[in-house]
Amino acid sequence: MTGRIFSLVFGAVLLTACQRESRSFRLDPPIAASLEAVAPMPNGIGGAPPDSDAVLGHPYLTNAYNLNQGKQLYTWFNCKGCHADGGGVTGPSFLNGWWRYGPQAVSIFISIRDGRPRGMPAFGNHLTTEQLWQLAGYVRTIGAYSAMTAAPSRNDEMQSRPAENRAPAAIATPSDQWPATRYR
Amino acid sequence: MARHALSLIALLCCGCAGWQSALDTHAVQGTRLAHLIWLFVGVCAVVWVTVTVVLLLALRKKNDCPDDGPHTPAEASERRMARIVRAAAIATAGIITSLTIVSFYATRELTSAAVAALDLRVRGYQWWWEVTYLDARPDQVFITANEIHVPVGRSIHLRLAAADVIHSFWVPSLTGKQDLIPGRENTLTFTPQEVGIYRGQCAEFCGLQHAHMSLLVVVDSAADFEHWRRGQLAPAATPRGPEQETGKRLFENKACASCHNIQGSTASGTIGPDLTHLASRHYIAAGSLATNRGSIAAWLADPQTIKPGNNMPRVRLNAGELNALSAYLAALR
Repeated sequence: MTGRIFSLVFGAVLLTACQRESRSFRLDPPIAASLEAVAPMPNGIGGAPPDSDAVLGHPYLTNAYNLNQGKQLYTWFNCKGCHADGGGVTGPSFLNGWWRYGPQAVSIFISIRDGRPRGMPAFGNHLTTEQLWQLAGYVRTIGAYSAMTAAPSRNDEMQSRPAENRAPAAIATPSDQWPATRYR
Repeated sequence: MARHALSLIALLCCGCAGWQSALDTHAVQGTRLAHLIWLFVGVCAVVWVTVTVVLLLALRKKNDCPDDGPHTPAEASERRMARIVRAAAIATAGIITSLTIVSFYATRELTSAAVAALDLRVRGYQWWWEVTYLDARPDQVFITANEIHVPVGRSIHLRLAAADVIHSFWVPSLTGKQDLIPGRENTLTFTPQEVGIYRGQCAEFCGLQHAHMSLLVVVDSAADFEHWRRGQLAPAATPRGPEQETGKRLFENKACASCHNIQGSTASGTIGPDLTHLASRHYIAAGSLATNRGSIAAWLADPQTIKPGNNMPRVRLNAGELNALSAYLAALR
């Protein structure tokens, strides 16, 4: 009897493997347009995410593929040029526990799309809406406040900072000692 | 059953001819390899048949062992059998040695760099081929992608390199297979004998889109090749009309220019394929789509669905921009 129950449970567990994550390389244009509809606060810090993000289940914060695409875009669009590997050089650090425009993904999305004063360029013309969200989701994980189960793939080069899905930590980075801290 | 076998044979016969076949060769080296293949198949078939016949004869032979006591064959038959075994061993060694020597002579010329008429560097990327036509004069050097033009009857020397992972260059109708290995330069030589278009394919699994990493070798007459070469050396066609001009401006100002080069524009990226004469090639995206304005637009609109995992991100374009950009690119003859 126990053997039969065991095999039934085992079979049910095996069946869960039949579900495969479906991946869309291109969002439906109406969904992409709705993801564009963020409502920032008047001071530009924080705001309401688009309704469709919740309906889709926050794919840009919880899905490993999207985080990984964000990681690729971080290199391809030379975010490293100013923010280095998250530690910051001429741009602010993501790792020291302080976000100038708040830690919400919406703020990061707006920063990337529209740019910010004193140096951050606008990428809205260069990236599609889902790419902006992928990048925002990834940047958020660099300075995460909480540990996550979803993680992008590991670096090909030597790791210069803690993994993206680590437990929360505001860690001291070299830029805390450098003149670049004037951005804080 | 017989019908299934017949259709299987018909399917296998497809490999005997066409623009990508190691048995339908159009270059000196490829033909030499094809002869080698037939020689090996012939010798091995004879050996296999002989061994099988001998084995069957041995199985059919009546057991003449007495029921009690050890088997003691007559001395004469013992000597005869020893002779047969000795002869078989000598024949085996002889066949292996001569096949090794024949194979050495057939393949040693594949990589020789002796007086080549044309020196090319082929660099494999995930998942496309960069082709550089080398020349002692720097102004005669040019870069193209996924399509190699060569003059008929001349010796062509390829320097094979890889930018990321191991790839393998294989145009079966022309010559043998050679790996492209990061950090080293392999060479391959071939002398095409017949004008035509031959297809090649990456032959070393190199990632998700390995199957979509093909290239064409176009063998031209000497005059056609010279004409093509002069065309490739020239800067890109100047845009005609306002739509193409908009397309050029978009190409230079959008993300395109950070990876692609178009000679005669400000776009000078070297990460992706050189697009200076994109529309002169038969295919785009390493053999994925035939070159025409529609397929260029389809590729721009959604490169990841056509070739998932490739290194081209989707670029934000509205309908008018897509139209202008595809018009400009399709005119780059």
